[in-house]
Amino acid sequence: MTFLNYLINGISLGSVYAIIALGYTMVYGIAKMLNFAHGDVIMIGAYISFVVTSKLGLPGIVSVLAAMVVCTALGIVIERLAYKPLRSAPSLAVLITAIGVSYFLQNTALLIWGSAPKYFTSVIKFESIKLFDGQLVITSEAIVTIAACIIIMIALTLFTGKSKMGKAMRAVSEDKGAAQLMGINVNTTISMTFAIGSALAAIAGILLCSAYPTLMPTTGSMPGIKAFTAAVFGGIGSIPGAMIGGLLMGIIEIFASAYMSTQLANAVVFSVLIIVLLVKPTGLLGKKISEKV
Amino acid sequence: MQKLLKKISPQTRSDFITYGIVIAAFVIIQLLGAAGLLTSSFSGLLVPICAYVVMAVSLNLTVGILGELSLGHAGFMSIGAFSGVVAAATMEATVASPLLRMIFAMIIGGVIAGGAGFVIGIPVLRLRGDYLAIVTLAFGEIIKNIINCIYIGYDAAGLHFAMAGLGDVQSAEALGLQGGKVIINGPVGAVGVQKLSTFPIGFALVMLTLIVVLNIKRSRTGRAIMAVRDNRIAAESVGISITRYKMTAFIISAALAGMAGVLFAMNYTSLIAGKFNIDTSILVLVFVVLGGMGNIRGSIIATVILYMLPEMLRGFDNLRMLIYAIVLIIVMLFTNSDGAKQFREKMKMKLEAKKKTKETGKGGEAA
Amino acid sequence: MSELVSLPPKARLLERDIGKIPVLETHHLGIEFGGLKAVEEFELIMGRTEIDGLIGPNGAGKTTVFNLLTKVYQPTHGTILLNGKDTTGMDTADINRAGIARTFQNIRLFGNQSVEDNVKIGLHNQMRSGLFSDIFRLPSFWKEEKKAHETAMELLSIFDMQHLADHEAGSLPYGAQRRLEIVRALATSPSLLLLDEPAAGMNPSETAELMENIRKIRDTFQIAILLIEHDMNLVMGICEGIVVLNYGKIIAKGTPAEIQANPVVIEAYLGKKKEGE
Repeated sequence: MTFLNYLINGISLGSVYAIIALGYTMVYGIAKMLNFAHGDVIMIGAYISFVVTSKLGLPGIVSVLAAMVVCTALGIVIERLAYKPLRSAPSLAVLITAIGVSYFLQNTALLIWGSAPKYFTSVIKFESIKLFDGQLVITSEAIVTIAACIIIMIALTLFTGKSKMGKAMRAVSEDKGAAQLMGINVNTTISMTFAIGSALAAIAGILLCSAYPTLMPTTGSMPGIKAFTAAVFGGIGSIPGAMIGGLLMGIIEIFASAYMSTQLANAVVFSVLIIVLLVKPTGLLGKKISEKV
Repeated sequence: MQKLLKKISPQTRSDFITYGIVIAAFVIIQLLGAAGLLTSSFSGLLVPICAYVVMAVSLNLTVGILGELSLGHAGFMSIGAFSGVVAAATMEATVASPLLRMIFAMIIGGVIAGGAGFVIGIPVLRLRGDYLAIVTLAFGEIIKNIINCIYIGYDAAGLHFAMAGLGDVQSAEALGLQGGKVIINGPVGAVGVQKLSTFPIGFALVMLTLIVVLNIKRSRTGRAIMAVRDNRIAAESVGISITRYKMTAFIISAALAGMAGVLFAMNYTSLIAGKFNIDTSILVLVFVVLGGMGNIRGSIIATVILYMLPEMLRGFDNLRMLIYAIVLIIVMLFTNSDGAKQFREKMKMKLEAKKKTKETGKGGEAA
Repeated sequence: MSELVSLPPKARLLERDIGKIPVLETHHLGIEFGGLKAVEEFELIMGRTEIDGLIGPNGAGKTTVFNLLTKVYQPTHGTILLNGKDTTGMDTADINRAGIARTFQNIRLFGNQSVEDNVKIGLHNQMRSGLFSDIFRLPSFWKEEKKAHETAMELLSIFDMQHLADHEAGSLPYGAQRRLEIVRALATSPSLLLLDEPAAGMNPSETAELMENIRKIRDTFQIAILLIEHDMNLVMGICEGIVVLNYGKIIAKGTPAEIQANPVVIEAYLGKKKEGE
């Protein structure tokens, strides 16, 4: 029974990673850049939700919407100001800029909200489900997180597969130049990708802090890095890959800390990543790339 | 004299300028120190700056010269730091001279970090690009995690070792020391570290690093490494073994980072593994990128300025890291954006046109 | 053992190479990419100082043959004997050390490095200084560097490029880049040189000069040269043997005269397109 509890916790944490990883992977697919600041957008989303519920006393759902709106706007602004001018720059320059943006967001949050951790009150109000005389507890956060993850996954798959904008995104990620010649507005498409990724980050931030309620300016860093690893794990650029990568990552982390050692949980997670990459150098669902000679 | 100057290549001249700058800086600081003109907070920064210069120059070997993005360089620094601390602690009774102890500790730290570079390099260097970067990041985190679980103590019977997560190890008591002392105390980190680092030792390590990296760069080995970076397939086609040269660069880079770690660690009385996390790796990467990929002098200058910048901004307190972030973004945009590039091209053309008119004017005497 | 196997029937080698171990011998060489046979049953025997041409329409698999010979692609079928030795299990770098050097259709120079350094990189395996002497600048380092400099200059003089030694390789004009690639390949001291479209982008007078130089290279270094080229004047002018490839298969082999008269070749080239190449 404890095994099932751990499994559910793992899936729940993994769902958060998956939602963050989706943002990473979409941005990587289209802009070919590692958006290191993504983890910090999560943190901003959580703070917005915190302000709306705890300070303004508005209902949770309003705070989720507010966080999504703010993060979406933030994502678009970051892309326009910091990344767009660097489209043709070497990828390392973009990476360093992203790191700069990450520092910027963390320190802005530090200025506004201070360094003391805030206690984040869960936005999810209904009761946890207890089964088998309370031996198996499924928290309401876990239910909502897993459900959100499934809904987002389906919605994104439909969006990229069926909608005009989604098709444009795939075209741009395949070949920017050709997409432009086909009349696709590359700038709008990239902005849109950042917007979606950031909105997802807002959701992930709120879900993460509902389950682990300590909120600090650095709250987003580690989950960000882990979600990034999850995206690579699943094959960066692939939407189902990010999903599988995130879920596996969460499950491995929870199991490792439950059955092996809490202190070594991260080491185990990263070791599994390394092993997977050695067997499949482009991740679980990544495309094999070969150089033409 | 002039003949000699003409004979040496422009690259060699540039290398000598780099050495010259470092030596001059060292001499000036020593003189200022002797005259009592240095504040204690500035003096306190000298050893860490040397350590970070070594980190940046050694990372430049991996990122700039070999062309592989590493996000886990702090991991090697960490391995070097902790093994150096242990080595120095065990030698306390046997090696009387602090300088010798420091040198031995540095060699041991460098060798162990280099060995870790080899072990980690085997899987890492099989990957490419962003995948390689993420795996170095993963290794950096794994190293941090593992060191956090390690307990090492030293007594008359020798070194004692224990690791949390293996069996029932909860604290340093698991070491079962008879007298003696704890050197590494799990999550508490290294305790009771001997303060052996001095600015002259830091300077010496910087010089050694420069000699190693600059001389490699301008040699058969360095050409092979850069060939691998510039065009893997062409390098293979002229008989250069990719793995061998990637590994060479990676191991040397790791060993130097390990020595930097020893220098850094021996400057404090205690030290935690969390100090060498992804943020540290990224900090050093920022030095390298801002200084210019493959540009060793640039790495040194960027490190000194960027390491001191937050310290100089101490007065602004909460704002200082924000300013740092903004400076970082603006510098990247200014040096890499399309607009800035066009501007630079224009200036370059203007300069070249000027140079040409000058040259044609001087043409008579030159011929 | 391999010597016995590799002694070829007389008819296939030039007079001067009969009785010597061929520089290159391939048997049933081929590669499949996911079921698609890019090259199959490629058979070639080359004498030690022979200049051969590999021709065929675009997409016939010519460059793939080069990639197979240099192990950029691992062959899925057949064997390659180099100087009589089986090359199974070798990688691209091993192949170069064993004696094959090549140029690339899409030039692959070390663009940010100087012309001289490009040649010195080619001299890599001719140099003996190790890591330790490189770092600490031992006398052997200076000796090796001096020797490398002299050899590099000598090699550059084949194409009269000594004065360009300090230029950045990427900044050279197209033709000079192609010539530099040949110099770099020669620096590895090969016994077989593979040239992938050496005359591409050159004007007729440059091409004529190139032809002279290819012959000169063969005569001075006494090596075999296999070249892919679309310029028929060059191919017919300097090649002693020609192999025609179409859809990954050899459709004809012979002397330039035989190839020019071969109806199958004419059909492959002209059959589909009336306006010719």
